[in-house]
Amino acid sequence: MKVVVCVKQTPSTTAVFRVQNGSVRWDDPGGKPNVVNPWDEYAIEEAIRLQEKHGGDAIALTMGSEESKEALKTALAMGCTEAVLVADEAFEGSDTLGTAHVLAAAIRHQQDVQVAVFGKQAIDGDTGQTTIQVAVKLGWTPLTFVSEIKELDPDAGTITVERLLEGGKETVSSRLPVVISVVKEINEPRYPSFMGIRKANRAEIPTLTAADLDLDAGSAGKAASKVDWANVYELPPRDTSVEIIEGDTVEEKVKKLAERLLAEKVI
Amino acid sequence: MDFSLTDEQQQFRDLVHRFVASEVKPTAAEVDEEARFNWEAVGKMGPLGLLGLEVPEAYGGAEVDALSAAIAIEELGWGCGSTALAISAHNGLALGPVVRYGSDAQKEQWLPLLASGEGRLACLALTEPGAGSDLQGGVRTMAVKEGDSWIIDGNKMWMTNASISDVMIVLCRTDPAGGSGSLSQIIVPSDAEGISIGPAEKKMGLNGSPTHAVNFDEVRVPAENLLGREGKGLQQTLETLDHGRIGIGALAVGLAQAAYEEAVQYAQDREAFGQPIAQYQAIQWMIADAATEIQAARLMVYYAAWQKQNGRRFTKEAAMAKLFATEVSERVCRNAIQIHGGYGYSREFPVERIYRDTRLMTIGEGTSEIQRLVIARHILEL
Ligand SMILES: Cc1cc2nc3c(=O)[nH]c(=O)nc-3n(C[C@H](O)[C@H](O)[C@H](O)COP(=O)(O)OP(=O)(O)OC[C@H]3O[C@@H](n4cnc5c(N)ncnc54)[C@H](O)[C@@H]3O)c2cc1C
Ligand SMILES: Cc1cc2nc3c(=O)[nH]c(=O)nc-3n(C[C@H](O)[C@H](O)[C@H](O)COP(=O)(O)OP(=O)(O)OC[C@H]3O[C@@H](n4cnc5c(N)ncnc54)[C@H](O)[C@@H]3O)c2cc1C
Repeated sequence: MKVVVCVKQTPSTTAVFRVQNGSVRWDDPGGKPNVVNPWDEYAIEEAIRLQEKHGGDAIALTMGSEESKEALKTALAMGCTEAVLVADEAFEGSDTLGTAHVLAAAIRHQQDVQVAVFGKQAIDGDTGQTTIQVAVKLGWTPLTFVSEIKELDPDAGTITVERLLEGGKETVSSRLPVVISVVKEINEPRYPSFMGIRKANRAEIPTLTAADLDLDAGSAGKAASKVDWANVYELPPRDTSVEIIEGDTVEEKVKKLAERLLAEKVI
Repeated sequence: MDFSLTDEQQQFRDLVHRFVASEVKPTAAEVDEEARFNWEAVGKMGPLGLLGLEVPEAYGGAEVDALSAAIAIEELGWGCGSTALAISAHNGLALGPVVRYGSDAQKEQWLPLLASGEGRLACLALTEPGAGSDLQGGVRTMAVKEGDSWIIDGNKMWMTNASISDVMIVLCRTDPAGGSGSLSQIIVPSDAEGISIGPAEKKMGLNGSPTHAVNFDEVRVPAENLLGREGKGLQQTLETLDHGRIGIGALAVGLAQAAYEEAVQYAQDREAFGQPIAQYQAIQWMIADAATEIQAARLMVYYAAWQKQNGRRFTKEAAMAKLFATEVSERVCRNAIQIHGGYGYSREFPVERIYRDTRLMTIGEGTSEIQRLVIARHILEL
């Protein structure tokens, strides 16, 4: 069975952002500025588990720049069997729709993919739209917020999953191929291994361009996007002040605190 | 000359650091307090490669270079002395000799099991009630060949991992005449009949790493369990200790780094006489000295590892690195407590435990005195 996992490289959770000449820049003084989107680690883990169970390939796919290969290396080091970078100047300025268009083409390019796994959302863009948009572009069933794959039969072409919804859980069955997005309850992502890191460093990571995917200029990047970043600016610093609540006993302090919070309409 | 790690070494370091920060460090106080072994974390180490650091990939190991292996132990030491000691002993003291001297069959039997984490750990049994520094003269555990078997009788002391092991590498006297050619290493399954493992020793620190006296009473193992060559046990042991010392040096650097980080943080937070104590020169000097000595110790450990992985002799370098790093670590941990004042003496703060943990490092795998002896012998060609 062929499984694709879409992985986004995002700023680390401790990155510090600033706006420079209308674009967002970031750095992480304490470590690496970019990481695999933390939600996508669950997607990678699930893709590897499917591959381990059903054989075939678990292919990690990233649309991004040359630097995003780092994210793909992490996916390989964890156990993905292949990794593909999708990169082209023409893709710059893509909104989620533009991104989805390219990712869908790249998934189709892999041929015979039965399951495409996504994270719940990207911690930077944070829209969670890409998954659905890819499913629509491919014409596959989207199964979002999956917390368990209960059954998957590649030969019969069926899948049953549990979806984690706000009010409860829902069990859904579908025919393959499907696009799924996973929540953190689905698994515990493994650590990469020394052996995996070595393999990843030696692996050839091919790059697919717009031409490879038969995408013309109008269907990707800015031209194909519906969203325009008209003005990017830094948030003005918030005025804050600290007030220490005094009191003789804990009870008294709590009472005063509660009163203040009520007065400020915080609670 | 290039002091930077390769990309791959850096990636290994990042991986172990991340693993230790989330799986090992948070429970360090608890495993010490409750004197229990951290199987939860160690159970996850096999797939990473931490249980077969220098084991060839063909036997399911990580086959990393000596520097990466040292860094892994350093990072473990930064997280938890007990867990680091167990893993260091498993890799350096026990699997090391199997990798170096084992037959194909012995490697096949033990390495995949132990490196993958499917089995338990391994240990090395040298020390005895009457023999520590002086193994050649002191070892009384006898192994006698009888038909196709070795029959082992004797008592070992201070065996790290004994109760959590699948296999023991036991140093035995195989020639009653004595001398440097009278000892041999024998592989003994820990569940062999006639082995009794004493209760965990009550120790000053490292309570999450069980240490035991072990009694061998007519323990019978197949003759092919001889590891390496008969009569070469002492030489194989001394070589093994050369390797192990890089590990203990690295472990001590990790412990020192952890105590130092705690001290720097505390010095910035704690106020006395109206300002953070980090503003006082007396505190600054302790911090500056610690940072300087840790850097020197780390470089010495890495240098010994580098000598090793480049196929050069490293006995003296490993002894120097172990001697210096373990004594630095003790000083740094001592001062970390000093910087914490009364709180440093409390079990509520990690520096108290780290100080107790690092105290062993100048004793195990050759005391500081023995390191000086080794170094002097090399210099004076004795
Ligand atoms: C440098 C830069 C410039 C940008 N410029 C614009 C712009 O001009 N206009 C605009 O509207 N937006 C722009 N974006 C935002 C960009 O469109 C979104 O980051 C992207 O479409 C994904 O949306 P999201 O982050 O909300 O992901 P989500 O929809 O939250 O992601 C859901 C899942 O989709 C998958 N996924 C998402 N992105 C990728 C990817 N690149 N590769 C592989 N899998 C992926 C992952 O599995 C992820 O968990 C820019 C982003 C960057 C980094
Ligand atoms: C927590 C812990 C874990 C251990 N794990 C293991 C293990 O896994 N396997 C194992 O085999 N052993 C292990 N040991 C034992 C350890 O290696 C020995 O304790 C150590 O080698 C010292 O031996 P000894 O205790 O017999 O001291 P002794 O050899 O009796 O030494 C006592 C003192 O005399 C000094 N001394 C001895 N000879 C000389 C000399 N020639 N010149 C100058 N001074 C000298 C020593 O430096 C020391 O200060 C462990 C010990 C501890 C405490």
